[in-house]
Amino acid sequence: MQPGTLSTLLKRGAIWGFIVLELIFFTVAGEFLSLSEKAFMDVDNMLLLFKQSAPIGIIAMGMTIVMVNGNIDLSVGATYAISAIVLLDSMTWPLFAGLGDGVIPVAWALALLTGTLLGALNGLIVWKTGVDAFIVTLGSMLGYRGLVFMYNGEQPTSHLNWTLVDFAEAQWLGLHTATWFLLIATAAIWFLMNRTVHGRNVYAIGDNRTAVVNAGIRVGPHMMINFMIIGFLAALSAVVFYSESGSVNPNDGELYELWVITAVVLGGTKLTGGSGSIISTFGGVLAIQLLRKGLAHIGADTSTVNLVIGLILIAVLFLDRQLNIKGKEELKV
Amino acid sequence: MAGLTKEQIGGFLARQGILVAFVVFMIGFTLANARFLDPDNIMGVVRSSAILGVMALGVTFVVISGNLDLSVGSMMSFSTIVVLDLHDKIGPTLAIPAMFAMTLCLGAFIGFLVGYLKLNSLIVTLGMLSAIHGLTLTYSGGKNMDIADKEGTWFKVFGQGDALGIPVPILLFVLLAVVLGALLSKTPFGRKVYAVGGNGTAATFSGIRRARVVFTCYLMSALCVATAGLIQASRSLGSQNTVGQGLELEVLAAVILGGASLMGGSGTIFKTVIGVLILGFIQNGLLLVGLQFYVQFVVTWVIIILAVWLDIAAKRGKLWSPIA
Repeated sequence: MQPGTLSTLLKRGAIWGFIVLELIFFTVAGEFLSLSEKAFMDVDNMLLLFKQSAPIGIIAMGMTIVMVNGNIDLSVGATYAISAIVLLDSMTWPLFAGLGDGVIPVAWALALLTGTLLGALNGLIVWKTGVDAFIVTLGSMLGYRGLVFMYNGEQPTSHLNWTLVDFAEAQWLGLHTATWFLLIATAAIWFLMNRTVHGRNVYAIGDNRTAVVNAGIRVGPHMMINFMIIGFLAALSAVVFYSESGSVNPNDGELYELWVITAVVLGGTKLTGGSGSIISTFGGVLAIQLLRKGLAHIGADTSTVNLVIGLILIAVLFLDRQLNIKGKEELKV
Repeated sequence: MAGLTKEQIGGFLARQGILVAFVVFMIGFTLANARFLDPDNIMGVVRSSAILGVMALGVTFVVISGNLDLSVGSMMSFSTIVVLDLHDKIGPTLAIPAMFAMTLCLGAFIGFLVGYLKLNSLIVTLGMLSAIHGLTLTYSGGKNMDIADKEGTWFKVFGQGDALGIPVPILLFVLLAVVLGALLSKTPFGRKVYAVGGNGTAATFSGIRRARVVFTCYLMSALCVATAGLIQASRSLGSQNTVGQGLELEVLAAVILGGASLMGGSGTIFKTVIGVLILGFIQNGLLLVGLQFYVQFVVTWVIIILAVWLDIAAKRGKLWSPIA
């Protein structure tokens, strides 16, 4: 074994080890503490876990590439809400009244287009003004949320289309529709990041922007494409979720950005850019959902979930730094 | 006046752009609605901005030192809930110092993680946002907190009282702004905060104990949050667990609007106060003009980006970013 292989292996596998630990803990603890007759590792329960991971998970894939690129997007929750409203409201527009169920693909396309455009707007501002992505998306988080409220006030926007609900609740080859979307998004983004020029350039930009500029690669378009992808995925997440629920509150998606960033950081992606893996993000998403479900299974309430997730996030950051500390030229003080 | 070149005007706008924008807004809203400059209206705006403003003062320290604090919102909920709960249990005289001590402990914990363990402040405070929210819910059992005797308690003076004809929240805000402003601009500690944020390595080499400075900045932030919690609790005498939710980003918006750079090393208390007031007056002005409440979010979005953009553009001498 090469020196350093062990620590690399530890880092790569850490999130999966953590998931296994969670599974063991909740299975054992569930035997004593749970009021439910069912075991935690029940097949139905695990299938549900995947389905419930989908809304956060789909956005987390986009957040990973934005963060690998060295940026961040805080506006995903608001983009999610706007796309959901466009999805549900456009199905009631008189313009599409004659389409019958043909309105579904139109509504989906409109929602996805909305998300992509909002992402493109963020990307364009970051690119052309040079303002930090944190500030730009902090602003658009407020701005997009304002648009959500201006659209329908504090009223929920509702529309149930039963064909759509049936589709969203269906199971294909045993997996829920939402799970399929999560898996497809994961696979697509994995392919993008590992098998295309765009992906390689994104890693390079996050790692050393000056070198990339000197190599003659244009940084701006890559950045903008990433913001469009995360906007698209935020909209996709909304499409998947609201096709089933059929009603969106103007507050929906609030704090999603925090959950998504937590999942991505748990998966080992660096905020400084240049490093991160889609598969590990997938692990991070599962780990968070497992934690929420597991704690609920053993009878803990939301307050404990918040507390535990916050502390785990800090602990992961600490451990990660301890593992990385060697080889870095850090200032000894 | 012949000596005023384009560069000088540009430089003035870059340095004092936020003040210019402030004046332009005030004139615009006054023309649109004469009630805008009414003393009662102005007092009302400042009063309702006081809670946000007090929190922004502390976050200014953290941001100048080159870090972020996203936990102030949930920490404020925590302080509010704790002081309301203790008010009935041990009386206001003891409840207030107890609440301050508990909030400062949280601040010290964050300061320890970011300062001494050198963990990334964004992630640490993100984690603490969630953790403190959980702590608050555990403390209150998820229930709203209310004071039993709302009429008889002197505790309401911090949020509802007047002294010398000025509402107490404004007095607290001004007092803290003056004290912290002096601390930042007139003392060695203040210079150290700028040094650590501007160039941490250089600061360390010149013998500044960086960890201790960052730690103290988070203590300042917690102190301000506790004061804000006190005002909030005293104003409403009852509270939900989520009273401060989302405030962290509004606070940060105010600080950025005041011209503090997220990279650290720049910003002043005075400009943060201006940033807070701009947010408050825009909100009020848009309502007086007759627009929907939510329009302010969109306007804030545009203003934040414009403010930061012009600031950067003035520094680099070009309007558009050089990114290819």
